[in-house]
Formats: sequence, structure tokens, C-alpha cells
Amino acid sequence: MLFKFELEGGNFSKVGYASSQIKKVLKQLAIDPRIIKRVVVALYEAEVNVVAHAWRGTVVAKLDADKISLELKDEGPGIPDIPLAMSEGYSTASEAVREMGFGAGMGLPNMKKNVDELTIESQVDVGTTVRMVTWFNKKGA
Amino acid sequence: MKIQRIQELTDASIVCGSEKRENDVQCAFASDLMSDVLTLDCGNVLLVTGLCNLQTIRTAEMAEVSYILFVRGKKVTSDMLELAHENNMVLMETDHSMYHTVGELYSAGLLPIY
Ligand SMILES: Nc1ncnc2c1ncn2[C@@H]1O[C@H](COP(=O)(O)OP(=O)(O)OP(=O)(O)O)[C@@H](O)[C@H]1O
Ligand SMILES: [Mg+2]
Repeated sequence: MLFKFELEGGNFSKVGYASSQIKKVLKQLAIDPRIIKRVVVALYEAEVNVVAHAWRGTVVAKLDADKISLELKDEGPGIPDIPLAMSEGYSTASEAVREMGFGAGMGLPNMKKNVDELTIESQVDVGTTVRMVTWFNKKGA
Repeated sequence: MKIQRIQELTDASIVCGSEKRENDVQCAFASDLMSDVLTLDCGNVLLVTGLCNLQTIRTAEMAEVSYILFVRGKKVTSDMLELAHENNMVLMETDHSMYHTVGELYSAGLLPIY
């Protein structure tokens, strides 16, 4: 099964919709609730990053019998130093983003913690692609 | 601790899910940072927060937090109510400050997560 959602930079009213829909689907499939939580937390963090840091983006979720693969592709400023961005507490979030309760520099480390595979590709001034894979048969890491 | 007891201790009103006032909450966490809430690894928790917008509810949905107490007189909006209702959450509002609110709950024995 394939699901696709659109995200708009700066538009916080839509953020979380994709995560919410995916959560419903995974629940219906009776996936382990602990795995569901880890997947949707990571997806939500990734959605927030597109809205907080990029201009526009898409979420594609691919559901197989044994795993879920998530791809968030955005057009945006890109991430010049990915290891730095991955470190806890590093954030370039704007004041507006902080007012929404985000911008602690915890998102990427939290995504890494919650999925089995995380890869980030980024090109400055072009955009960022985040891919995450979670296997359903693995019990909590 | 029962929701009803939390309501009484903090002079709060229940604005969503009042039928769950007999539900028991195991522990509590206070933060205005949604990034923090998303790192929680504990079910059945009360979130005490001064951040009152749709993202608070969305974040709680993803973090499996079903009970939220808004401090400093923050008012829940109708779109927040709708989303909270959909997710079977309990929302409460109090005029007290964060410090006062968590002080009351802590001294009455509601345990912190950490
Ligand atoms: N899609 C993206 N496009 C451009 N920059 C990004 C993107 N995602 C992350 N970043 C950069 O990496 C930094 C760290 O991201 P991370 O998600 O860890 O923290 P944050 O979004 O700033 O805060 P938090 O996630 O705690 O709310 C961001 O501040 C930003 O500079
Ligand atoms: Mg982030």
C-alpha cells in the first residue's frame, strides 16, 4: 500500500495529518502498539521538520507485510552539516517555530532512536530527503 | 491519581472527556516543549503545559498522551477540542501558574516520570 501527503513550509495547521493517518492504518493492521508509537513519533518529527525548516515537501509511506518505509522529500535550504544537525540540541529553528513548541534540536536524534534505518540526503539550497524504515517483526530496540 | 482529584487540587475545569473523571493517571510530566513530549516513553501520563495550540494535541496524539492540563488560564480552541475528542483525550484548564500547579500535584503524591 502506498500513501502520499503534501506539506507546506510554515503551515503548522496541516502538520501531523500524515502521521495521524498512518497511525490509523497501522492500528487497523494490528501492528504492535509499541512499534506504531515509534513509527508515528518519527514520522511526526520529520513532518514538523519539513514545515519548520523547508518550503514544501511530500510524504510517501510504503507499507509492506514486514515493514514500513517512509520518505520525506522537501524543497528547502537543505542541511549543510548533517552530523551537526543530528547532534542533540543543535537547532536553527526560527522564533515562530519555537512559539509552536518546537526547536529544541531533539527531532533528528529522536527519529534515529525510533526507527530501524534512517538516511538523510541533502543539498544546500535545493532540499532534503529523509528515509526511514521500520520492521514490524523486530521488538523495541 | 484520579482525574477528579487532579481537577480539585488545581482548581481546574474539564473541557473535554469529563466522563473519564474516574480514570487513574500514573505519573506526570510538565513542559512547554513538544520536542520533549515526543521523547517520553510512558503511557498513562498527565501532561502539564502552557503551550496551548493544535500542535499540543497532535503531539499528544503521537506520543500516546491522553491527559492534558493547560496552565496560566490558556483556553482550548474548538479545533483543539475536536481533535482531542477524536482521540478520546481529557483536557483540563487551570488559571494557576505552571509552578503552582505542579507543586500542588507533586505534594499530593502524583509521581514524576523521571
Ligand atoms: N528538512 C530540513 N530542511 C532543512 N534543515 C533541516 C531539516 N530538518 C532538519 N534541519 C536542520 O537540522 C536542525 C536539527 O533538526 P532537529 O529536528 O534535530 O531539531 P529542530 O527541528 O531544530 O528542533 P526539534 O526537532 O527539537 O523541534 C534544524 O534546526 C535545522 O537546522
Ligand atoms: Mg525537528
